[in-house]
Amino acid sequence: MAARKRRDQVNWRKSIEGRRAIGIIVTFALLIPLGIAFILPFIVMVSTALKPLNQVFAFPPRLIPETVQWENFADGWYGYGYVNFTTCTWNSLKITVNNIIGNMVSCTLAAYAFARLKARGKNFFFAVVLATMLLPNEALVVPQYVLFNRFGWLDTHLPLMVPPWFGWPFFIFLLRQFFLTIPEELIDAAKIDGAGHARILLQIFIPLSKPALATLAIFAFIGNWNNFFGPLLYLRTPDVQTLPVCLVQYQGAYGNTEWHLMMAVATIAVIPVLLVFVFGQRYFVEGIATSGVKG
Amino acid sequence: MLRRYFPRISAAAQREERIFYLFILPWLIGLVVFSIGPVFGMLGLSFTDWRISLDDLQFVGFENYAKLFDDPIFWVSVGNTLYIVVGRVVFGVSFALLLAILLNQKVAGIAFFRAVYYLPTVTAGVAVALVWIWIFNPRLGILNYTLKQIGIQGPPWIFSKTWVKPSLILMSMFSVGPIMIILLAGLQGVPKELYESAEIDGAGHWDKFANVTLPMLSPVLFFVIIISVVSSFQNFTEIRVMTEGGPGESSNVLIWYLWENAFIFLQLGIAAAVAWIMFVILMLLTGAQFWVGRRWVYYEAEA
Repeated sequence: MAARKRRDQVNWRKSIEGRRAIGIIVTFALLIPLGIAFILPFIVMVSTALKPLNQVFAFPPRLIPETVQWENFADGWYGYGYVNFTTCTWNSLKITVNNIIGNMVSCTLAAYAFARLKARGKNFFFAVVLATMLLPNEALVVPQYVLFNRFGWLDTHLPLMVPPWFGWPFFIFLLRQFFLTIPEELIDAAKIDGAGHARILLQIFIPLSKPALATLAIFAFIGNWNNFFGPLLYLRTPDVQTLPVCLVQYQGAYGNTEWHLMMAVATIAVIPVLLVFVFGQRYFVEGIATSGVKG
Repeated sequence: MLRRYFPRISAAAQREERIFYLFILPWLIGLVVFSIGPVFGMLGLSFTDWRISLDDLQFVGFENYAKLFDDPIFWVSVGNTLYIVVGRVVFGVSFALLLAILLNQKVAGIAFFRAVYYLPTVTAGVAVALVWIWIFNPRLGILNYTLKQIGIQGPPWIFSKTWVKPSLILMSMFSVGPIMIILLAGLQGVPKELYESAEIDGAGHWDKFANVTLPMLSPVLFFVIIISVVSSFQNFTEIRVMTEGGPGESSNVLIWYLWENAFIFLQLGIAAAVAWIMFVILMLLTGAQFWVGRRWVYYEAEA
């Protein structure tokens, strides 16, 4: 009897439904704890932002604050003399919006050329796009710094706001991949109607490429909003700083003591990125998948 | 000779060609001014005694490179960089592969988990680096508290010379989003028939993974490893916000070494040499991967 029950169990484990059920259990047993781990940094950030200072250093650490202190957000925002979060946020926003537009314009033009125009030397230049996709900008900062110094651009937003108007290899590649999927017949039909390339681009490609352009805009938003290296390098005076630099100055000013205020401003800094990510998630995932596989 | 590369073409084709170059012109200018120009400028400047002003540069030959090679801290930072590159490739890519396999399961709510796993990547920046200082706090941090609950005495993480690099690698495993998604797309591209025929042959989960998934995924895996090597060189934010190269020199990586030389010690000639070396190391690593890749990457077309 016992032996038969055992055999049934073994059979069940080997049966298709059994395997499927075990698969689902194992999957969730991994998915859920990992999901919690991935969210934990945010919970720590927000919960610290809501605590009074004496509870921040309490042991054992509590994820849910005993008393909620909303003033931390306002105090953090106005907290320190020369660090002005309103100015920093405004600067970040201005640079980010400019860079999104610049990238879109310059990359759309280049991507259209690489996807749809015939020219001698095209393959060579496309190989250059691919090669420079992997070049980390950090390695070029020293000579770029010299260049922008020569232009008299230090301590202005120009070193951050001008280069995006000159293309970005990753975005050119991404858009080109998308443009290649637009049916040739549409272009032929437009050509018969006498449309030039500018019109084909504006009236056919751009409307059809909204998902790809949305992907690009989201990438550009997040990259520029989080950019720390560039502003740290080129900006000096408090009036021109961006948000990430403000956060670091705050850290320096308080010498790692006012954690609740620091986490409050960090939370504020992260919220725009979170919103963009949540609403643009689908485009985002598709865009990355395109860059990796269909190449 | 020139004719071979530029054959005669019709007037219409010439017009199209002009439009092509007009459209790529912004990118082309950017390439020359912001990338290629700086790369060669950097090479030139690395042979000078450049400190602050560019006006009275002296050519010093290989002196900067000689100084670098004599500086023990330079070698420490090369070692630290390679340590982190290897750690991020080994742990980061395997972890991303595990996540991708999980996200490839057909269970309810998978889109939600995909978003959650991607989340730390988009928010990676100064704000989250600040949070991690707090998470890593040996006494009050959530990490060691959790470990204590399961009976493990946690290490001092970023505050110890031995643990700082593993800590940074651990933290970077939270932002493997892009490579996770690329691997996921790769997994979804593996033809179902291959799994079905493997099952008919009586293959188990492991056999299918080792003999179908991995070979079919190898081109994607290869691409992902290259990306993760390159991004391992770009970890300036964490280093600047969390460790400033310390404790001691134990998290001094090349990008930090470059930064210190250029903008703190104002030895720009030396910094240019460091940048050039970084550049060469990256090219060598990528080249080496292409060479090794020929042996292990399986391309369908060849079969």
